[in-house]
Parts: sequence; C-alpha cells; structure tokens
Amino acid sequence: MRKSSAMVPYLIWMALFIVIPLLLVVYYAFTVTTPEGTTWSFENFTRFFEPIYLRVLWRSLALALISTLICLLLGYPVAMIMAGNAFSRKNVIMLLFVVPMWMNFLLRTYAWLAILERNGFLNVLLSSLSLPRLNILYTNAAVILGMVYNFLPFMVLPIYSVLSKIDKGVVEAAGDLGANSVKVFTRVIFPLSLPGVVSGITMVFMPALTTFVISRLLGGGQFTLIGNLIEQQFLVVGDWGFGSAISMVMIILILLSMAIMSFFEDEDKEATLW
Amino acid sequence: MILSLVLSGCKQDKPTLHVYNWGDYIDESILEEFEKEMGIKVVYDTFATNEDMYVKIKSGGSSYDIIFPSDYMLTRMREEDMLEKIDLDKIPNHKYLESRFMGTEFDPNNEYSLPYMWGTMGILYNTTMVDDKVDSWDILWDPKYAKEILMLDSQRDSIGAALLKLGYSLNTLDPQELTEAGNLLKQQKPLVLAYVVDEGKDKMVAGEAALALTWSGEAAYAREENEDLAYAIPKEGTNIWFDVMAIPKGAKNKDGALKFMDFLHRPDISLRNAEYTGYATPNSAAKVMLPEEVRNDLGSYPEEEDLVNAEVFVNLGRTLKEYDRIWTEVKAH
Amino acid sequence: MVKFLQRCYVYLIFVFLYMPIAVLMVYSFNDSRSRGTWGGFTLRWYVELFQDRTIMTSLYYTLLIGVSASLIATIIGTVAALGIHNSRGWKKKLVMNVTYIPVLNPDIVTAISLMILFVFARVRLGFVTLLLAHITFNIPYVILSVLPKLRQLNKHLYEAALDLGATPGQAFWKVIIPEIMPGIVTGMLLAFTLSIDDFVVSFFTTGSGVSTLSITAYSMARRGINPKINALSTIMFVFVLVLLVIVNIRQEREHKKGRGGKNGSKRQDRGYSSEFGDSQFGSEWV
Repeated sequence: MRKSSAMVPYLIWMALFIVIPLLLVVYYAFTVTTPEGTTWSFENFTRFFEPIYLRVLWRSLALALISTLICLLLGYPVAMIMAGNAFSRKNVIMLLFVVPMWMNFLLRTYAWLAILERNGFLNVLLSSLSLPRLNILYTNAAVILGMVYNFLPFMVLPIYSVLSKIDKGVVEAAGDLGANSVKVFTRVIFPLSLPGVVSGITMVFMPALTTFVISRLLGGGQFTLIGNLIEQQFLVVGDWGFGSAISMVMIILILLSMAIMSFFEDEDKEATLW
Repeated sequence: MILSLVLSGCKQDKPTLHVYNWGDYIDESILEEFEKEMGIKVVYDTFATNEDMYVKIKSGGSSYDIIFPSDYMLTRMREEDMLEKIDLDKIPNHKYLESRFMGTEFDPNNEYSLPYMWGTMGILYNTTMVDDKVDSWDILWDPKYAKEILMLDSQRDSIGAALLKLGYSLNTLDPQELTEAGNLLKQQKPLVLAYVVDEGKDKMVAGEAALALTWSGEAAYAREENEDLAYAIPKEGTNIWFDVMAIPKGAKNKDGALKFMDFLHRPDISLRNAEYTGYATPNSAAKVMLPEEVRNDLGSYPEEEDLVNAEVFVNLGRTLKEYDRIWTEVKAH
Repeated sequence: MVKFLQRCYVYLIFVFLYMPIAVLMVYSFNDSRSRGTWGGFTLRWYVELFQDRTIMTSLYYTLLIGVSASLIATIIGTVAALGIHNSRGWKKKLVMNVTYIPVLNPDIVTAISLMILFVFARVRLGFVTLLLAHITFNIPYVILSVLPKLRQLNKHLYEAALDLGATPGQAFWKVIIPEIMPGIVTGMLLAFTLSIDDFVVSFFTTGSGVSTLSITAYSMARRGINPKINALSTIMFVFVLVLLVIVNIRQEREHKKGRGGKNGSKRQDRGYSSEFGDSQFGSEWV
C-alpha cells in the first residue's frame, strides 16, 4: 500500500499503448513527406502559427472553457444534492445520469437537431405556450449546449464521489462553531471537494477542446474548431504531419498550463489536507 | 440468437469473402442468397466515408476481398498501387452495364473496377419555398434565399459548385481560379444556413431550408419522403460520381470477389439493390425492369444530353492542401 | 422545502438529459425512414431489427467490449491510482502527464497511432486490438475517478488497521478498498459509457467481422440512419430502466424484512457521509 510499485503494470501498459504511439505522432509532426522523400522539418509547426489557424485555436479554447464552466456551475449543485439527503436511492440517481450516454451519440445529436430546429420540438412547444421562438441552432450557443449535454456526467460523477465521503462530522463541527451555511460551503465543503472538481474539469475540458462532431452538426459547420482541423488533416487532406503537429502543440499547451496549476495546487494541498 | 451468430462465425469449413461497403448500401438478403448459391460465407463490414476506408486499407492491417470506393478514391488507390486487377472474363454479367459507364476517366479500361451505383451533384429544393426556376448554380448565391441555403461541409463539393458557377473545371489546379472560388464562397457565407453533411437530407424533408447542394442519391431519398422537393442539375455542369467495386491488394479470396461482382450485376439482383437503396444503377438490364416512375425520373436518371458538361472528380494529389486552406479560410471567415 | 427545491433542480437536469432520448424513442415508432416527417405509427422497425444480422452482431460486440474493457481498465486503473498516490515528485508528475494524453489527444490521433502500432507489431486487427484500444482510452478516466478518493482518504486509517492487528492484506481489502469504492464505481461507469459511445478509435482499431453499434450507426449516416437503430436504443433504454426498478424493489423488500441491515442503518445518516459503494452495484450492474 505504501509502495509505488503498484504502478508497474500500468507503466508497462502506458509505455506500449500511449508512449510508443505518441512517439509516432512526434515523428510525423517533425517530418514532411514530398514525392522526393521524407525530411525532418519544422514546417508543420510554423504553419500552425499563421493567423487563420490561431483563430481556430482561440475559438476552440473559448468554447471549451465556457462549456466546462457551465458544466461546473450546473453539475456541482447536482453532485451536492445527490450527496445530501434529498434522495434515498443515490446509486439509481447516479446511474440515471449516465444511461442517456449509452444511447448512440450520433442519434442523440440528431435528436438535438430535431429539438432545436426552426420548426423543431422546442419551438412548437414555445409557440403553443405563445412564447417567443428560439433560434439557437447553428450558433455558438448550440455548440456549447451540445458539449454541456455530452460532458455533464463527467463533471457530476467525480465531484459526487468525493462529496459523498466527506466526513459529516467536519461539516457539523463547522456549524457548531458558528459558521453559517455559506461559510461552511466556502471554507469546508468546497475545499474538501477540490480533487473531484479538478478531475471533473480535466474530463470535460479536454474532450470539449477536440470534439468535432458536435461543432459540425450543431454548429452547422460554420466554424472550424481545432478538432475539425485535425480530423480534416488526417482523413481528407492526408497531411498527417500537420495534423500531428497541431495535436502536439495542444498537448504541450495544456500540460504546461496544468503544470503551472498543479504547482500552486500541490503546495496548499499538502498544507491544508494533511 | 446472438450465440448462434457467434458460433456460426467460428466455423471455418467454407471459404470466406470479406466485404467492405458503405453502411446500409445493399439489400442484405442478397448476401444470404450469395452464400447459399456459391457456398461462400460472407463477412460484411461497413464504413462511413471514403477517407475512413482508405486509411484502413492503407494501413495494411485489414483483410478485405472487395471494397466499394468512390471514383476519386479509386484513382488514388490505383495510383498508390493498392488494387488488384480484375478479370472481366470472369464477370460475364458486366455485359449488362451501360457502355457509357464503362471505361470512364478514373479507370479507362476497367482494369480495376466496375461501377456499382452512380449519380450526380445538383440542387435539391423545396417547390413551396422557391418560385424561381432552378437551373443554375447562381441561385445558391441569391440573397433572396438568405439563411435558406444548405451547403455541403465537404471541400471538394462546395468549392466544386463555386468553380462550376464561375465556369471553371471541378478539377482545376490553377491557384487563381481556386482563389476566385474561395472568395465566392466567402461572399456566400452570410446566406448559408449551415454546412451540412449527412443530416442535410432530413433537414430538407422537414422543410427547414429551401435549397441544398446535394448528391442525387440523397435527393432521391429526400424526395421519397417529401413530395414538395425537387432536384435539378444546373446547366453550367455538374459532377457525375460513381461508387465502384474493386479488389484491394493482397485479397485472399480474389475469386470469390469476382463472383460477388458478377452476382451483384445479375439483372434480378441489381434490380433488387437499386430498389432497396434508391440509387441509380448502371446496369441497363436492371434499369428497364424498374417501375416506370423510377426509370423515367430525371433526378435519378437524367437525359444523356444533360450530362455532357458533367465531370468526374479526379484525385488532386498535393493540390488538395490548397483546397483545404481555402476551405479553412471560408470557414474561419 | 429545501429538499423539494433540490429535487426539482435535479429533475430539471434530468429533463435536459432525457429530452433527446425521448425524441429518439418517438422516432423509433415513425413509419418513415427520415426524421423530417412523421409517417404514422409503426412497430416494423422493432420486427426488422431482430432480423438484421449486422445490427445484432454489432450489439453483441458492443456489450462484450464495453463490459470487458471497463472491467480490465478498472482493475489496472485502480492499482495504478494507488501507485500514483504513493509516489512523489517528478515521477508522479510524469506519470500523471502521460495519463492525460489519451484524454487530451483527439480521438482521431489516438485511433490512427494505435492502428499503426498494431499493424507494425503485426497484431491482426480484430477483437483483441479493439479491446486493447478501449482499455487504453478507459484507464485514464478510472485513474481520474479513483485518485480524488485516495487524496481524501485519511492517511492514518491504514496504520490504525494495522495497529489493531489486521494483516496488510486485510487492511487493504477491508479498509482501503471500501473507502475508495465510490471512486472505483464511478470510474467503471465512465469507462463503460465511453466504450459504448466511441466511434473513431473503434473504427480504426477493429478488423473484419468485428463491428460495434457505433460503427454500424455512423456508417449508415450517408444513407440516413436506419430507424432500426432507434428501436434498438429504445429497447436498451427500457431494459436498463426495468433492471433498475427490479433491483430497487428487491432492495426495498430486503430492507423491510430487516435483513438489509447495512442499507437500513444508512438511512439514519444525514448529509455527506452516506455511501453507496457497498451496494450490489459493482457486481450486478456494470
């Protein structure tokens, strides 16, 4: 239990199925293949820093960030309520959160089209209530909605599993010591749930950044996002080098920002938790 | 039931044919009939796009005996030496194929392929929403139909429509012409409701848009579901496309693949497939047996003179990157 | 009152999550191939579904891969999380960063690089490669679910158990595992969900004759997804729901008979200490 050797099987697995494929990506990113042969080059990277691609990157980051934030705002209360005593069948509620995701993704997204269309279910409902119609399909809002819909459980579940085991004694003690409920939340519950929040953010933000089906179907393909760009390179254009370079840049960008975050996080974590 | 499927999958006594086709692109009872008649077991898999299929075959990790690429993909695979030659003598039913569909540009002597289905690119429109005569690509740039137009989220097709409108070739390699097409698409962007892929046909059926750039096969599906829809091939020219049958290099059951091709072009079988898929068959014997209203439908089977300006997509090689850049610019515009 | 508002909020979220599912179920009774029109009520997709051998084999492989990949990933991932939790410094950071890569990499990059790896290693693409690929992209989600629970764990719990005379094995199985169970179950659920839903990685790492529902559905897109898939989704959904209800009723009954002691005592708990890790969850549903 004290030993880190428990990692060994995983390390082997990672070396085989994550690191080696990653080296392949690196190889493609740094090479350019022309009819004359394959040469080492930075061309794929310099190309990515052209304004048109940076704009794509910027837009993807913004959309993913907004979606993650909304997931957190919507999901945290859900996780708290589930961990509280409003429901007695917690495992059922939790399962109900993931069951929709077991239905085919493409079908669910098509269903959203049918809901959000001009004459879709939502507008039929709204106009029957004589409310103004809503035309959000093929806008950023629809893309964000699609992302939130698809990634919400990935935010709720890790937060819930952490909250469900917080020692109620700590919470009660804080109350007994005179903290009001806001203070109990900000000073006790939320800090204790941070590991779950960090996991949730990771599991939502990263896939949201590289999804391409949602932006294509609900955004009407009006804007290229980074995921579309990469998919396009690998499948349509056949420029694996450029595709690999883009995804490498993304990986490095995000790992760097996470390293910076964990630098701060770790220090106060060690101090406050243990 | 599931168990029996798995068990039957384990039996190795019969020769096996591995087929790789588009999803839902064959009347599956035909597979069973083929198995019964030829004593060959069929393992049937499906793919979603030419590109998916190409990457899979290129990797060399899969073992298919017969594949169904589209024309431009066939050219690419042929050029990259990924295909086996076929022996027409072993496919006697090829005599039923219309002569105009034999020896097309992408495979001049039918050394590698036989057509499976064919069609055109055109404009699907809702007659209750469009009063003008639809006979030109110009209508897709008409401000009157702002936010009622669906374009295709596909580089070759959307840029192709712009090129045709400008009077250029669909397969142009001229950067100047491509830039013009790109500018035209940027101009058009405010009028476009969405760049769609497969969901476009359902949107047209639901009356969510007035005009859509579409392929004839999808148009046939949409018109069947909604009578108000019509399909037109613009006078400036169009793209004529083929989905063909070919044998990838290293196929283990070449003989079975040839038998399968021959079987699919037996007139009665070809007829069933055409009826099931709703796509146009290149098989003349099957075509004459189709119901009159299908056979005479100009959307699926246009007059030959309407196709004089029609071009087949050819593989562009490295110029494809130029298309990709233009398309990304249009999208980021 | 607060409870009532809390419930309303969760129900609202459920409406959001289940709206598309309802739409999808409605279409499974639509007598038209297109979702653009309503062609009248029909049950024919349900009849045709069971005669469609492509869909039935895909269903079989989807469930087989989903269950085995999530189980194996849960075991490897949980053990790995224990190791990561006990390591320090740059080693830990490095392992964590590599763990993020499958989450971070776009599916298409993971898919193609794994495919090239398998082909290069001369492993025949098929069931085995599909399973390996699924386990690979599942593990990080298990680790990310289990790690927070480990951080939450009281450091002295394990030592206390040893002091009280437990063997290290007993301390681990009787003390640590129950404590982190919610994280393990969460991880397994997420892994199963990802497996069932994945298209891109599955497509490129599978071989002839082995196809999942996602592959079948996506490849139908050009021709219009056949409503048979809607029908299948509806059946799967109803099946899961019925299963939930049955398990619930059974638990309720056991509870009333007084045999479900551990469930019963939990009822008195208020607030954040309630648990679900020891329910039949892990063994029966996933």
